[in-house]
Formats: sequence, C-alpha cells, structure tokens
Amino acid sequence: MNWPRAKDWRAPRVSRRFVYVWRRNFLVWRKLAITSLLGNLADPLMYMLGLGLGLGTLMPEVNGTRYIVFLAAGTVAYSTMNSATFEALYSAFSRMQTQKTWESIMNAPLELDDIVLAEALWAASKAMLSGLAILIIIWVLGLSHAGLTLWIIPLAFLIGLTFASLALVMNAVSPNYEFFLYYFTLVVTPMTLLCGVFFPVERLPATLQAVSGVLPLFHAIALVRPLVAGTIPSTPVLHVAVMLAYSLAGFYLALVLTRRRLLV
Amino acid sequence: MTAVLDIRDLRKTFGAVEVVRGISLTLERGECYGLLGPNGAGKTTTLRLCLGLTDPDSGSITLAGLPVPRAAREARSKLGVVPQSDCLDPDFSVIENLVVYGRYFGLADRTIMARVPDLLAFAGLGGKGGARIQMLSGGMKRRLALARALVNDPEILFLDEPTTGLDPQARHLIWEGLKRLLAQGKTLLLTTHFMDEAERLCDRLSVMDLGRIVATGSPRELIQAHIEPEVVEVYGDGAAAWGEQIGKALAQRCERAGETVFCYTREARPIMQDLETRGDLKYLHRPANLEDVFLKLTGRDLRD
Repeated sequence: MNWPRAKDWRAPRVSRRFVYVWRRNFLVWRKLAITSLLGNLADPLMYMLGLGLGLGTLMPEVNGTRYIVFLAAGTVAYSTMNSATFEALYSAFSRMQTQKTWESIMNAPLELDDIVLAEALWAASKAMLSGLAILIIIWVLGLSHAGLTLWIIPLAFLIGLTFASLALVMNAVSPNYEFFLYYFTLVVTPMTLLCGVFFPVERLPATLQAVSGVLPLFHAIALVRPLVAGTIPSTPVLHVAVMLAYSLAGFYLALVLTRRRLLV
Repeated sequence: MTAVLDIRDLRKTFGAVEVVRGISLTLERGECYGLLGPNGAGKTTTLRLCLGLTDPDSGSITLAGLPVPRAAREARSKLGVVPQSDCLDPDFSVIENLVVYGRYFGLADRTIMARVPDLLAFAGLGGKGGARIQMLSGGMKRRLALARALVNDPEILFLDEPTTGLDPQARHLIWEGLKRLLAQGKTLLLTTHFMDEAERLCDRLSVMDLGRIVATGSPRELIQAHIEPEVVEVYGDGAAAWGEQIGKALAQRCERAGETVFCYTREARPIMQDLETRGDLKYLHRPANLEDVFLKLTGRDLRD
C-alpha cells in the first residue's frame, strides 16, 4: 500500500449527482431483490431460530428476557452489520476493480468523492432492508410488539453506514477478494463474539468487556436490545454519537485511501 | 478555428519515472487528432491528465475553455470518453447502460430516451436495445461504448485505442462511425498504435515515445518529412548478406529486423533490377507509410 499524499487528505467534495450512483446500485439490486433478500435472511434466521429454540431450552431467561428474544435483538444488529460489510467489500470491489464501473463514472462529470459517498449510503440502505427483514420476522413471530421497535429502522441505517464506512477502508487497500477474509477473521467475527450478539457482555472478563465497550457493534446492540424489549435505551446519545464517529472517521479514511489508490 | 484542447508543457512523474515529459499540443475544433506511440509512451496518462483524473506535476491544460484539473468536472460534462476496456455495466441491458450513464450528466430520463433510438441506430444496435451485455460481441460492445460516450451530445470525444482487439469487419464499422462524427463537426482525440487507423482517420497526429512528442503533422507531412518515399522489403536466407553488400549501396537507408531487410529509397528501380537477377530472395516493393515513420522514430525494440 502507498502512503497517502498531502492532497489526498483534502476535505470531501461531493455533488448532488452522487444520487445517480446510488440509483445505479439500487437498479441492479431491484432486478435481484427477492433472491438477495432471501439470501440475506436465510443465514441469520437459521442462527436465530436454531440457537434461539435449541439453546433457549437450556436457558429459559437471559437478563430477564426469553433467550430467543435476547438473540433476536442481537441478530438485527449483526445481520445489518454483515449486509453492509458484504456490500461495501465484495460488491464495491467488483464495481471498482473488476467491472471498472467506477472508472466509467469518473469519465462523466462526477468525482471519486461522489462515488465513495454513494457506495457508503447504498450499502447502508441495503443493510437497513436486511435489518428490517429480521424485524418483520420478530413481529410475525410475536417476539416483540413494542412500538419502540420502529426506531430500529432508522437505527439500522446508521448501523449500516457505520460498517459500510469501515468496510470501504478495507476496500481501498485490498489487492484482491481474498484479502477480505482477514477482515472477517480478525475484525467481524471477534466483534460479533465480543459485543453481545449471542450472550450478555457482562459474562466476559473485565478486560474483554472494556474492549467490547469501544467497538461499534456493542453500541448498536445497546440501542437495539432495549427497543426490542420495549424500553427506552439508557444513554442513547452516547451510543449514536459513537456510531456516528465511526461512520464519519471511517468514511473520511476510506475516501483518502481510495483517492490514493485511484487518482494516480 | 478555436482550440478545444490546449496542453502546455505537461509533466507527470510516477515514483521515479517521468512518464509524461513536457508535452504540448493543440486540438482545433472539428479535427481528428491522433496520439501514436508504443506501449508505455504516455498516451493513456496524457488522456487521464486531460480528464482531470490525475494531477500534472507542472504544465497547463485547457479543455473546452475550462482549466483542468480545477474545473475538470465541468469540462467532462462537455466530453465523451470511450475507455480502452469498454467498462460497460454487465448488470444492465444495452438501453439501461445508456440511460444510467446519461443520468450521470444530469440528463432527464425523457431526454435520454428521446436520444436512445438515434444512438442505437448509430451503433448498429437497432434490435439489441434489450440485450444483456454478455450477449454482445466485442465489436458490438465497443460500438455501445461509443454510443454511450455520445449520450450527452458532447463537442469532443476521447477514444483510448478504439479498435484494439477487434476483427477487421468490426474495426471498419467503428471507423465509419467516427467518420460520421467528424462529418457532424465533432472533435476527436484518439490514441492508437495502429498506423492504418491513424492514416485513415487523423487530420493531424503526434508520435509519442517515452513521454515525449517526437513528431507532429498530418500523416502525409510526416511521411514526407521523415522517410524516403519508397520501401523494398527483402527476405530469404541470403537477405542479410545481400543487404550488407548491395542493399546499403543502392538504398538511402537499410534496416534489418530479424531475417528481413528494409531498404528505404527515393529511387527503387536499381534495387529492383538487382533483385530480379536473383532467385533466392523474395521481395516486396511498396510506398512508404506511417508505420515506417513510426518505426524510424520509435525504433524496432519491443516495449513491454
């Protein structure tokens, strides 16, 4: 990887035309929407129902809620994270490197900044739909009827934006598709295990709890889980602020590194 | 005549290598200008610099009256680009490729749809509007890339090796299309390493080598200025020896490439008379062309 040059650090310069790049991705997705949604749903659903029903018989209650409800809240956040991550890694890389879609867009009156912004927002939008799909299943199964769960929809967009931005950083420095496996093994999987998707964070040793506290998925779950339970989360501003900070810092770093990669 | 592209003393370095080393050129409205050069001559980098996709180390670029890279976005809105690797969207049909691309220029869907029939007809893709990209041949894809570059009705077109990888039929179709665009008054800048393409299409051209322009002029001017008018190519087992003993004496210039001797001359008759007396050598007498100029200026070494 080449170190960014001074000019790569300049402030983002976007035009409203980024919307057309978002629309381009949306148009492609619309053609495969059903298969895409089913594919996104199958995996988290199997975990949620398999573990929820199976493990649920061993531990009827976790922190005062049924285990399957506990797990369902974690699954919303985790599946939103995964959806955004996959889109901003593999799909964005295809458009940038393999299909050279970005190259053709940059020959039009758009800048790379417009494209990276559009990709982040698109991955967040798609992730929001994944979160919504899990939420609908939660409603249908009667795991939660709380009106507060409607807040999860915009929240899923923010969760998606956070992880899309982080994934776009990896996209900017990746030589190939295989590289993304490191990100899953070293970042996504440990984060999933540390941040309370499957079991309460309080069960971890104190040092690991401290690590968990700075990870974005922890803050996502700290908001989703009370909402599913029908209560207002404590310190919501803090959790939203942490995710916003990850989104903005991630997006900016992704932009700098992508400029370094493509604007040579 | 107005200059639609004006480049002054352009320089660009990648790492330790200066790939563009002081290029100046001016494109007049309505002309077809060619950048010729072997691989690595700096043609594609020059195009990228003109598009504002990379910043020059020094020098100035004015495209469609706008300074690049500062106003590159606005300049690109008046431009069409046919990239070397078509960069078509494989997830879309032929028409969708045009519509989605037109939106990037801020065009309304109905404006684009009104242009689509003409663009498809121009590209010879009349019945293919709904076809998927994977179903198109290489020539069709290139024609679609050309049609896509016209979606914003640009004044200027940049074409990066527009016929590389195409069969002769497909190349002729592209050339016909480009001639029609010239007849409509469009300005074309194309890079190529096909001399016949440059000779056919370009009003003027620059031969580039190692980041510099080594010659500029019309194809005819370049041939007159840089090369003897006639060429005799001689090949066969004794060609090399014949070149040393006789060829060199009879021709103005003799070059050897492998088993072939190229004799450049103003008067081919003495050479032909000598060759007619020999049975062991094959030969070909032809007028000098742009390829001879190109090889003289850039050498016969491979540039990989």
